[in-house]
Amino acid sequence: MPVPEIAESFTGSVNRVTLGATKDGGGTRTSIVTVGGARNMVYGGSPNDAGEKPVIAMDVLDARPDDWPDALLEPYKDVLDSPGDWAKKCVEEYGAELICLKFEAIHPDKGDKDATHAVKVTEEVLKAVGVPLVLWSCGFDEKDNQVMPKVSGAAKGENCLIGTVTEDNYKSLTAIALADGHFLITEAPLDINIAKQVNILASDMGFPLERIVTFQSTGALGYGIEYAYSIQERQRQAALTGDKMMAMPAICDVGYESWRAKEAKLADAPGWGDAADRGPMWEAATAVCLLQAGVDIIRMRHPRAVAAVKGFIDQVCQKNNS
Amino acid sequence: MALTGLEIFKLLPKTNCKKCGMPTCLAFAMALAQKRAKLDDCPDVSQEAKDKLAAAAAPPMRKVVFGSAQTQVQIGQETVMFRHEEKFHNPTTLAVTVSDTLTGEDLKKRIETVSALQFERVGTKIGVGAIAVVNDSGSADSFVAACEAAKAGGDLPLILVTQSSKAMAAAAARVKETVPLLAWAEPDTAEEMAKIAKENGCPLAARAETIDALTELTEKIKTHGVEDIVLSCPEGADLRDRLFDLSRMRTLALKKVFRPLGYPTISFVGDGDGDVQMASAIGLICKYSGIVVVDTAEPYALLPMLTTVMNIFTDPQKPVQVEPKVYPIGEPDANSPVMFTTNFSLTYYTVESDVEASRVPSYILVVDTEGTSVLTAYSGDKLNEKAVADAMAKFGVDKLVKHRKLIIPGYVAVMSGKLEEATNWEILVGPRECSMLPKYLQEVWN
Repeated sequence: MPVPEIAESFTGSVNRVTLGATKDGGGTRTSIVTVGGARNMVYGGSPNDAGEKPVIAMDVLDARPDDWPDALLEPYKDVLDSPGDWAKKCVEEYGAELICLKFEAIHPDKGDKDATHAVKVTEEVLKAVGVPLVLWSCGFDEKDNQVMPKVSGAAKGENCLIGTVTEDNYKSLTAIALADGHFLITEAPLDINIAKQVNILASDMGFPLERIVTFQSTGALGYGIEYAYSIQERQRQAALTGDKMMAMPAICDVGYESWRAKEAKLADAPGWGDAADRGPMWEAATAVCLLQAGVDIIRMRHPRAVAAVKGFIDQVCQKNNS
Repeated sequence: MALTGLEIFKLLPKTNCKKCGMPTCLAFAMALAQKRAKLDDCPDVSQEAKDKLAAAAAPPMRKVVFGSAQTQVQIGQETVMFRHEEKFHNPTTLAVTVSDTLTGEDLKKRIETVSALQFERVGTKIGVGAIAVVNDSGSADSFVAACEAAKAGGDLPLILVTQSSKAMAAAAARVKETVPLLAWAEPDTAEEMAKIAKENGCPLAARAETIDALTELTEKIKTHGVEDIVLSCPEGADLRDRLFDLSRMRTLALKKVFRPLGYPTISFVGDGDGDVQMASAIGLICKYSGIVVVDTAEPYALLPMLTTVMNIFTDPQKPVQVEPKVYPIGEPDANSPVMFTTNFSLTYYTVESDVEASRVPSYILVVDTEGTSVLTAYSGDKLNEKAVADAMAKFGVDKLVKHRKLIIPGYVAVMSGKLEEATNWEILVGPRECSMLPKYLQEVWN
C-alpha cells in the first residue's frame, strides 16, 4: 500500500529574533544569536521547517547565591563573587551562547542592592564577555521599576533581551526597552490567555511584536512540567495558524526551577543515585523535555547539564538552518 | 475511521425485512452509525460486511500487550498528536537491556539490578517495565540461557532481541508463557519471525530501513496471521531522523488512518553514557515512542526518564491531587509551625519543597479543594474558613501542637478574621509566594 502524503501547510511561523549588536550594529558584542523561525511543530514536516537551533543562556547572578546546593556551587566556586569572571567562565569553558544576568540581589529580601550595583554588574559582564546578554529582573515590581531602567540604559545599543514584564507591571520597562533598542521578555504564569494579553499590552505601547520573546513560566520535571509543556505546544500551534500575538520565540527558566526539585538538591537519597549526578541530570532532563514541546532559549545553570543538552540539540537539529 | 450511515447501508442486505426491529435497512444503517444498534441484530448480514465494519471500527493505532498477567504492559492505542487535545493513553514502557554475553553470576546480577530500578514518586510507583534480552553473542544457546535467566530472575515482561530466527525460535519456545515481545522481523526474516510469533502467541516488532519498507513489512507480517505488531525505526538512523520518522508515522496512523503503520513503536537508545542516553530517551518518550530501550541502569538517569513518562502521560483534564491530610516535614514536634495549603499537587509540592528548604520542621495541613490552587479555590469558595476549620478538626491538628498559631497563604490574607473566629487560633499571614517561605519561617518561628 503506498504511504499517503501528509499535506500540512501552516500559514504562520515563529518570529526570528536576532540578539546582540556587534560593532557594525552599534554595539560591542563579538557574536550574535538568532532564534525562532519554526514553520511546523517540533519534528513535524521536514527538518527544513524546524527553524533555528535552540540556544542555552547560562545564568550568572549579580551576587553570590546563598541558597544553591553544593553540587551547583562547585563548578563556580572561584567566581561566585565576580559576575564578570563568572560570565567569562560560562562562555569560555562551557560554551554559553548567551549569558542571562539575573538581578537576584536587588530583591528587598535578598540583599536590597541598588541601581548603582546593578549598573556596575551589567557593565562588568558586558566587558567580560562578547556574547549577547539576557537581563532578568528580580520579580519585586517596585524595585524592578527603580533598577531595571538603569540596567537597560547601561546596556543601550547592545540589543539585549530584557525582562520580565507582566500583566500588572509592564509600562516602565517596556518603554525603556523600546527607547534603548532592546528585546523584551513578556511573562505569564502558565496561562496562555494572560500570555497573549501581556503581548497585546506591550504592543499597544508601540513595542514591536517581532522584538518580543515570551516567558510562559517553567515547571521543573516532576513539578508541573506538563503544564509548561502543553502551553509551549499550544503557543507553537497558535503561531503556526497565524496568531501574530503568539508568534514569539519562547524562553524558559530551567536552571532555577529544576534545582528547586527535591530530586536535584537532596544530598542523601539512597536508591536515586549520587547527588553529583542527579542534580545536573534533573536540570538536563527538564530542558530536553521542554525542547520537545518547542522552546527557543533555555536558561540553565550546571555545566554538565549544559553539555548534555547541547549534545542533544546538536543531535536533533540541522546545522545552518535557513 | 468511522463509516457513515450511507456507507454502512451499502453493506447491508437492503431487503427491508424488519427483523432488526427497524422499519428499513437505511434506518438500521443510520442507527449503527450513531452506535444506537448492534450489527448482530441483522440476521442476514454477510461475513464480508461484518469484517469491513469491524475493521472500520478499529482504533487508528492498535493496542499491543505483552508480559505475563501480573506485570503485563500495554502500549499503543493513542488517539492524539498533542496531549492537550485529549490525553496520551498508554505510558511509554521503559526497558533496560541485558546482554547474553553475560553468564552466571554477572548475568544474574545484571537482571537483579535492572529489576530493582523501581521508584516511588508522589505516592505512585514508577519503574522499569521490561527487560530486553539482547543476542549480542550471536549464539542461540547463549540467548536461550539469558532469556531463561531473565524469566527466572524477575517478573518483568521480556523483549527478546535478535536478528536470528534460529535463536528467536529456540528462546521464544522456552519463555512463551511470559508472552515476550519478539524483536525483530526484518524484510528478509519476516516470514520465519512471523511464524515464530504466531506459534508462540507473541507480539512481534518489525524493523526496516525506511517508512515505505516498514509499511510493506507490516503488511507481509499480517498476511502470516500476526496482528500484534510494534514498529521500530532503523536503529542506525540518527536521533533527528528517528524523531521525524516517529512523528510522521504517528501522523499517518492517526490523521490518515493508514493501517500498515497503525501500531505502537519501539526505539533503542544504545549509544553514549548515561547522560546522553537519558537525553535521547526523554526525547523519544515525549515524541511518540511506545517503548524505549536503554543500556544504562544508572538510577540517576532512569529516575528522570520515568518521571517524564509520568508527567507527559498525566491527563490534562484532571488536576493531579494529593491526599488531604497533615504532612509532617522534617521531624516536627509540639512546638513546630502549622500551615495549610490546597490539595492541588503542584501547589502542595511547591510548598513542601520550600518548607524543606527552610529546614524548619513543620506540619503542612492539606485542605481538600478538589485539586485547585489557593487563589482558584478561594474564588470558587472551595477554600473558606469552614473548609480549613473542618480539615483541622478532621486531622486532629490541635493534638499535634501545643501552640495555637496557624500560618495561612499570603494570597488569602483576607480570610484571617473569619478563620480566627471559626478556629479560635491565632492567624499568621504567610508570604504570597512560597519561595519566600524559608525566610519567613526562619524569621517568624525562631
